[in-house]
Amino acid sequence: MKTFRMGGVHPEENKISNDAAIEVMPVPAQMVVLMNQHLGAPATPIVQKGDKVKVGQLIGEAQAFMCANVHSPVSGTVLKVEPCKDAFGLAKPAVYINVEGDEWMETIDRTPDIKRECTLEPKQIVDKLKEMGIVGLGGATFPAHIKYNIPEGKKAEYLIINAAECEPYLTSDYRVMMEHAEEVCIGVSILRKALGVPNAYIGIENNKPLAIAKMQETARQFEGIVVEPLKVKYPQGAEKQLINAVTGRKVPSGKLPIDVGCMVSNLGTAFAVYEAIQKNKPLIENILTVTGKKLPSQHNYIVRIGTTYNDIIKHSLGELPATTGKIISGGTMMGKAVVNLDAPTVKGNSSVLVMDEGEARRNPETACIRCGKCMHACPMGLEPYMFSVLVKNNRIEEAKEHNILDCIECGCCFFSCPANKPLTDEIRLGKNKVRAMMAAKK
Amino acid sequence: MNLLNISGSPHVHSDESTKRIMWRVNMALIPALLVAIAYFGMSALIISVISVLSCVLFQWLIEKYIMKVPSTVGDGSAIVTGLLLAFNVPATVEMMWIVVIGALVAIGVGKMAFGGLGKNPFNPALVGRVFLLISFPVQMTTWPKVGGLFSHMGISATITPDQAVQLGVDATTGATPLGIIKEHGLDALPQAWDLFIGHLGGSFGEVSALAILLGAAYLLWKKIISWHIPVAFIGTAFVFSAILYFVDPIHVEVIDKVKQTMGTVGYIDPLTTILTGGIMLGACFMATDMVTSPMAKSGQIIFGVGCGLLTVIIRTWGAYPEGVSFAILLMNSVTPLINRWCKPKRFAC
Ligand code: SF4
Ligand code: SF4
Repeated sequence: MKTFRMGGVHPEENKISNDAAIEVMPVPAQMVVLMNQHLGAPATPIVQKGDKVKVGQLIGEAQAFMCANVHSPVSGTVLKVEPCKDAFGLAKPAVYINVEGDEWMETIDRTPDIKRECTLEPKQIVDKLKEMGIVGLGGATFPAHIKYNIPEGKKAEYLIINAAECEPYLTSDYRVMMEHAEEVCIGVSILRKALGVPNAYIGIENNKPLAIAKMQETARQFEGIVVEPLKVKYPQGAEKQLINAVTGRKVPSGKLPIDVGCMVSNLGTAFAVYEAIQKNKPLIENILTVTGKKLPSQHNYIVRIGTTYNDIIKHSLGELPATTGKIISGGTMMGKAVVNLDAPTVKGNSSVLVMDEGEARRNPETACIRCGKCMHACPMGLEPYMFSVLVKNNRIEEAKEHNILDCIECGCCFFSCPANKPLTDEIRLGKNKVRAMMAAKK
Repeated sequence: MNLLNISGSPHVHSDESTKRIMWRVNMALIPALLVAIAYFGMSALIISVISVLSCVLFQWLIEKYIMKVPSTVGDGSAIVTGLLLAFNVPATVEMMWIVVIGALVAIGVGKMAFGGLGKNPFNPALVGRVFLLISFPVQMTTWPKVGGLFSHMGISATITPDQAVQLGVDATTGATPLGIIKEHGLDALPQAWDLFIGHLGGSFGEVSALAILLGAAYLLWKKIISWHIPVAFIGTAFVFSAILYFVDPIHVEVIDKVKQTMGTVGYIDPLTTILTGGIMLGACFMATDMVTSPMAKSGQIIFGVGCGLLTVIIRTWGAYPEGVSFAILLMNSVTPLINRWCKPKRFAC
């Protein structure tokens, strides 16, 4: 079975919400739509207080190069346009909307019919991805129209769809595969066409045999879609590791996948692409797992982007368990701890993971015993223990020489350390310092 | 509701801990301890207990009164040091107090002087052992002959006059195979099978290759050690001594000038080389000490090869019959250098 070769760990999978079919989360009474839901500059709000908006209407326009359109996920009246704190406590420009009814833009095809034919040219596809505000849903929220606009002189040979879902707990991609396999395959075909590559490979970790079977069966009706079962090993879904697993190619340090002829998109993105291109539906919804070992029930939801964490918790759980210790947006290995539960969800959110007090606690740090486990776990072949020493002693130049910037922040090092050294924290700090140093030199 | 915890990712951790690693090493040493007790009697047990207790006590005292830091004796590493130190001394009555000095040096100089676990460049047990070897050369090289479980404390009486003659030693003091070779030539040597299951004299943890390999297998299974150092160490010692042996298997020489006995001595055959002395114990438990050995697999191979070469060199041409301790300590000293050369292979490089 295919896999990346170097390093990696095997955290407890905990896919306890696997069998929860996707439910529709009701629309809350008020919505806050952040203008900065993607990598890059915030979109510029093009509505004002008092404006009426419909579901799917453009309310934030991408004016900078690295930016994506933002659409209204609800219908109603704009209450105000002012900054709002996001889930991690950072203030971002936002549009507040008072929800009235559920009136969609007429252009959006809301019928359940599946539309297979796509007559658009590659250039038109990319333009439409921009129009619909599509961004990568695997975590980085990189604007899709920039990614799929291949620079001069580069050529894509492989399209790889990341359906590894190697993060513990997350099941949203799994549910999409089980419930929307055909739409996903259409989305993949559209992306394949946009790139002009002969084959697309859908990489799925082998702990999802039903999804593999379902996707294989569906892919048979399509041209050029190969389903690739992958070994269960974290971080199988990390971009460089996935490319390595599927194609055997390696993206060199500081280079992009396209430099080795590869393009990777997330499975959720492929689904969003289908809806955008075939149904004219902008990116206004997330598919999101609500899970936790101690929760009475497990869920997968389709949620309008902008619904707050509190709204989601209230609807799915009523109240948080009294012993809640941490709430994570994303998986346990790379997800971020939520600071502000009043914050709205944004594009790319994949989960509300509720951890119990016991699970959320870190064990006390002890002395490094030079066991090398961090090093052997690192999928990038780095020396995390050394970064820890260098960063602590502010030896930033050396950290850079030891390629700290190659770190993908997968967390394998901290995960494996018997001394509980917060290696990933220290490395993150070190990377920031290295970047600051490089910026200062310029 | 509670305040939420907001630490950075990852939010889960493996159940690995320093404490668990150290306790597992202790577990892995139990077979060798049991064999030692079976062969040398209760003195082996008593020495082990004294050694372990002294190591733990010294670490506790130093942390509390000198370093003034919270105690870390609970992590079990002082027990590992205590056991390994005990395994490296002969099971004689005198050792019961000498080993306390060894423990003080092992913990005080070998470990705490550098700042405690993880910061020591040398394996603490070996530091203790070598100190004893230099300070108490007679006691440290007077080995009891292997006896039964209930044999007389320390010195066994099971050796027959015949054997004594055969071994060329007096009846109350056993000799290690390597000592025998140094002093009496190859003919006097026990057979390989005896060496393997442990029927020979020696520092008491060193005597049964089988028991040590059992412990090592457990550590391999639990991924606490990897095969690289032990295999490189033992393999190199085997190959190097095989080369020497085939170049010059028998060459007659008068060894014991006092007794004027003739013995055939050349180089030791490779099987005997790896089954005698501390090679098994050293390769599986001491050279693999995480703190003092290289991290990268390639570095571990270099380290193991170095240990193997040095061991045979010291045994063959050095003044001491045994070279494992010195070999490992020497390689410990170049570990930082090896770590600098042997980097893991970077992704896409
Ligand atoms: S977080 Fe960085 S250093 Fe640590 S294992 Fe992942 S890539 Fe390596
Ligand atoms: S895993 Fe932890 S204890 Fe082991 S070498 Fe790395 S930092 Fe040190």
